[in-house]
Amino acid sequence: MLFEQDPVLMSRLLTTLTLGFHIIFATLGVGVPLMISIAEFIGIKRQDPHYLMLARRWARGFLITVAVGVVTGTAIGLQLSLLWPNFMQVAGNVIALPLFMEVFAFFFEAIFLGIYFYTWDRFKNPYIHWMLTIPIVIGAGMSAVFITTVNGFMNTPDGFLLENGHFAAVNPIAAMLNPATPTKVFHVLTTAYLTVAAVLASITAFMILKKKTSDYHKKALKLTMSLVFIFGILSALAGDFSAKFLAEHQPEKLAAAEWHFETEEGADLILFGWLNDAHEVIGEIRIPNFLSFLAYGDFNAEVTGLEEFPEDEIPPLWIHYMFDLMVMIGFALIGIAFLYLILSKMKKLNEHNKGMLSLIVLSGPLAMLAIEFGWVFAEEGRQPWIIRGYMTVEEAATTSPYVGLMFILFLGLYIVLGVLCVVILRKLFRNSPVEDELEKQYPTIEKGDSE
Amino acid sequence: MSYEIIGITVLWLFLYGYLIVASVDFGAGFFAYYARITKKDHIINRLIQRYLSPVWEVTNVFFVFFFVGVVGFFPDTAYYYGTSLLVPGSIAIILLAIRGSFYAFENYGSKQSNVYMFLYGATGLFIPASLSVALTLSEGGFIVEESGTVTLNYLDLFTSPLSWSIVGLAVVSVLFISSAFLTFYASRANDQAALKLVRGYALFWSTPTIIAALTAFIFLGQHNERHFNNMMDLWWMLGLSVGFFMIAMFLLYIGKYYGLAFISIMLQFFFAFFAYGIGHYPFILDPYITVQSSATHESMGIALVVVFIAGLLLLIPSLILLMKLFLFDADYIKGKK
Repeated sequence: MLFEQDPVLMSRLLTTLTLGFHIIFATLGVGVPLMISIAEFIGIKRQDPHYLMLARRWARGFLITVAVGVVTGTAIGLQLSLLWPNFMQVAGNVIALPLFMEVFAFFFEAIFLGIYFYTWDRFKNPYIHWMLTIPIVIGAGMSAVFITTVNGFMNTPDGFLLENGHFAAVNPIAAMLNPATPTKVFHVLTTAYLTVAAVLASITAFMILKKKTSDYHKKALKLTMSLVFIFGILSALAGDFSAKFLAEHQPEKLAAAEWHFETEEGADLILFGWLNDAHEVIGEIRIPNFLSFLAYGDFNAEVTGLEEFPEDEIPPLWIHYMFDLMVMIGFALIGIAFLYLILSKMKKLNEHNKGMLSLIVLSGPLAMLAIEFGWVFAEEGRQPWIIRGYMTVEEAATTSPYVGLMFILFLGLYIVLGVLCVVILRKLFRNSPVEDELEKQYPTIEKGDSE
Repeated sequence: MSYEIIGITVLWLFLYGYLIVASVDFGAGFFAYYARITKKDHIINRLIQRYLSPVWEVTNVFFVFFFVGVVGFFPDTAYYYGTSLLVPGSIAIILLAIRGSFYAFENYGSKQSNVYMFLYGATGLFIPASLSVALTLSEGGFIVEESGTVTLNYLDLFTSPLSWSIVGLAVVSVLFISSAFLTFYASRANDQAALKLVRGYALFWSTPTIIAALTAFIFLGQHNERHFNNMMDLWWMLGLSVGFFMIAMFLLYIGKYYGLAFISIMLQFFFAFFAYGIGHYPFILDPYITVQSSATHESMGIALVVVFIAGLLLLIPSLILLMKLFLFDADYIKGKK
């Protein structure tokens, strides 16, 4: 077969496939526990059954997605060694610690997830049950932190000396706290929370559009949109830090993202457009001097161009689109949330009009797309390296001839899991509408609540 | 004790932990399906669900823990096992994925499905079979390294009596350990009908387990004499293992002290597993990698040991809490909570 000729290409494709699928569930896994925790806390504090029900229903859906997240996470964990044995042999010496800590965080989270889901109504004091969400939120957040430090290491390797081609004088802590770690961790966490808030808002808006306007749905929308706004601002801030980090530590990635070929002062920011055969940018939107500002906080600063790098160390130039799409979506999400909050503050305006709700419905899928675009940008942006400056992707891949076959198997698996996950989630919520459940769980709730 | 010895010992302990908790989990899935097709599901399914639902994710972590730990402590294993295990490893991942997600679909989803149940039960037996390939490979003779390329000789692997005897042992052990645990769990719940059924399973699967263990041991002797002789030097551990097996059988037979019976079975496997592991030392993959040759840098090794200890301080209380709430809370098991 054609596939089997090139294990390197197939290993890259299979890793992309697994990570691309896993990242959806991983993002939900990081963000949903925080949303559940916030909703349950508000519910207990205000003694409002709507918020308690919100926490319950989010948690129930989360059980399905977390299962897919766990199994795809196990897959990528093993695939690291199966597809990139040479990489793990070399880098394992330096990054084993965060990988290991990630498993501990996951372990911690798994234990308390089990306890949390099976102890609703088991404690007299509702805050005890709520407190079980804290280790889950921490565990989920910390596993994201640890695994992100590994990715940070691959971008800006640190914490070792190179002696005769081998890593020596390994300092595991320095490797974890490599230059890329702070900005990456900040960006990963804020965008995960942003995305999950947007996804949950999007589901709620969809329900309201389908004429299910109840207090429950309105409260859910208000809560999630406020969180979209807060985490949207924080994500933008994190994005700005990341750009400044790139300018300093990975200038070739930023230059490729911005099609910035020549080193110059007062560099322009380029939005969209395309490249002609002579590598000139056409049809773009140009914002004068803004790249310098993005990179250094100074409109006249000098930004390194791609011409400074050897040709075989330049990332592919199409990552420009990934970067643009990610940033555009990020700002769109903040805009939508801002608009919603303005409308809800003005008494005369109706924040539940069709146009507003449709925009919110769009924001969930868009946010998830931005996560994918952002990761594609980050990963393709360090090509050809697997460990930037030390090991190329070619040197790291397996030599096994069966990768193509495995790709087909995994593709089939993910299609089945993805489709079933959606089908089951839809059935789960359709078969027990929130009105019935509220009445069953909290018989005291006033009639007419759900119109 | 040097850090690499601590590392391999702790990892071996974790693999043993996985062996026990995963066996309970895998076997329970199989018995749940078997009970459904023989129309006995009303007797034991509720019992199985109540145990499995809160712990299935924890089981999975034991496994992740082990392979991340091995690669962390002994990065060379990634090179040899990574390349040669691509196919069996990928199959195991796919089976684990089907099993884990279908369990959630079946139990937390909206409707019960026989297909999900079947896949859940069947994968429970295929996973131990596919994972046991790694143990077979470690005996040497199946992996060849030539001019910098590692390849796995599938023909040798599939025609080797050793590999099939290990697969057989893995499958029957799963059923034996699991039925013994369910017997204990049913007695805790004071569920006589379920107790009678699963006690029958446990008594039945004991014989194949001990036969498969002996067969695998004999074939090991033919395949890797060094390992076999090392294990013979540890005759007292093997003896203890057989002794605990007999205590467990006696208790199961007289129908008393099921908790003690299960602990005896855990000790039976503990001694056999450690005799096997100590006999294997110093090789991780015969003859390519030893514990010493493949160990990571000292600073990383020490950091990992520190994290081990810190992690366990966090995990053990949490696990105890989990067990107190679900495993040993009589009211919960009986379904009152």
